[in-house]
Amino acid sequence: MNIGKQFKEGLVTNNPVLVQLIGMCSTMAITTSFFNGLGMGLSVLIILTLSNIIISAIRKIIPDKIRIAMFIVVIACFVTCVDLSLQAFVPALSKALGVFLPLIVVNCIILGRAEAFCYKNGVLASTFDGIFQGLGYTVVLMIMSIFRELFGSGTFGAGVINGTSGVRIIPEQFPAKILTLPVGGFLCLACLIAAMQWALAKSNKKKEESK
Amino acid sequence: MKLTDLFSIALGAILVNNFIFSQFLGCCPFLGVSKKLDTAVGMGIAVTFVMGLASAITWIVNEFILVKFDLLYMQTVVFILVIAALVQFIEMFLQKSMPALYTALGIYLPLITTNCAVLGVALLNIQNHYNFIESVIYGITGGLGFLLAIVLFAVVRERNVFADCPKCFEGFPIALITAGLMALSFMGFSGLQVW
Repeated sequence: MNIGKQFKEGLVTNNPVLVQLIGMCSTMAITTSFFNGLGMGLSVLIILTLSNIIISAIRKIIPDKIRIAMFIVVIACFVTCVDLSLQAFVPALSKALGVFLPLIVVNCIILGRAEAFCYKNGVLASTFDGIFQGLGYTVVLMIMSIFRELFGSGTFGAGVINGTSGVRIIPEQFPAKILTLPVGGFLCLACLIAAMQWALAKSNKKKEESK
Repeated sequence: MKLTDLFSIALGAILVNNFIFSQFLGCCPFLGVSKKLDTAVGMGIAVTFVMGLASAITWIVNEFILVKFDLLYMQTVVFILVIAALVQFIEMFLQKSMPALYTALGIYLPLITTNCAVLGVALLNIQNHYNFIESVIYGITGGLGFLLAIVLFAVVRERNVFADCPKCFEGFPIALITAGLMALSFMGFSGLQVW
C-alpha cells in the first residue's frame, strides 16, 4: 500500500472526472456557484469514503452474482443519511442541489470505485482511496464552480460569505451569463479535460526524454 | 386534467427542458455510447422504455406504499431497488421472448440501472406532484427527448472523427464542446409554450 501514490492518482493521474471521465452529470449540473460545488464535493467525499469502508469490509461475504445490487443498497443508505442531514442542518444547500443529491446513488464514481477498487482491496487502502478520489472530485468541482461563478455572475462565494449574494467582483453588467447556463457547463468541462490531457501528454514526454 | 397540460409536459420534456441539454440527467451514457449511430438508437429506445415503465411503477410504489405507511425517507433506497429489479426483469424477458433485440442492446441494458435519467425522472415526478398519467407521459417523453439528443449527437460525432482539431482536444473534449453547442441550440426552444 502506498498512500503517496494513491494521493497522486486520485488528484491528478487518475482523477475521476478529468481522466476516468465518470460522474460528469453532477459535475456539469451543479457547478454554478462555489457553495454548491463545495457542498456537492464534500457530500460525495463523505459518501464515497463511508461506502468504500463498508464495501471493502464485506467484500468476502458478498456473493459475486448480486454484488452490484449489494453495492447500490450500501451506497443508497449513506446517500439517504447525507440527504436527510443536509435537509436538517443546511436546508439552503439541500434546496440548491435538488434532485442531484439523491442522484449521488447512481453517480458512477462511487459504484465505479466499489467495483474497481474496494472489491479487490482491504479496508485501509479503500478508505484512503475513497478520501483521495473524493478529494479529486471536489477539487475539480471547486475549480469549475469558482470559474463559472466568477465569470458567469461576477460574484464569489454566494451563500457562504456575505449572505446569499456573495462578494461582487465583476460589476453587474459585465459577466458572461452564458457560463452559468448548461452550455457553460459543457464548455468549461471540455476545456478542463483538454488542459488535463495536454498536461499529462507533456509530462509523459518529459519522462521519456529523461530516459 | 386537460389534454393541453399533458401536451405541454410532453413538449417540455422533449424540447424545452430536455433531460440532457438543460437538466444534465443521463450524461454518462449520452457521452459513452454515442460513438456510433446504431448503438445510440438502441440505447435511446431502451432508455425510453425503461423510463416510461419506471415512472409508472415508482409512482405506484410511492403512492400506495411509501406515502401510506409514512416511509418517505426510504424513497431513494426503494426507488433504486425497484429500478434495478425492473431492469433485471426486462433483461430476462427480452432474453426469453425477443432474443434479437436482446443481443442488439447487449451490455447497455444492465447499464441503464445506473443511468441518472431513470432515477431522476422517478424523483422529479414526485417533486413536481404529477399524477399517474402525467408521470407516465413525463417518463416516456423524457426518454424520447433523450433519444432525440443521443441520435443527433451520434450523427455529429461520427463526422467529428474526421475533423482536424487541436491535439489536446481530441476525443472526449471535442465531443463535450459539440454537446455544448447543441445545448446552445436547444436553448432556442426555451420560449416555447402551450396555452
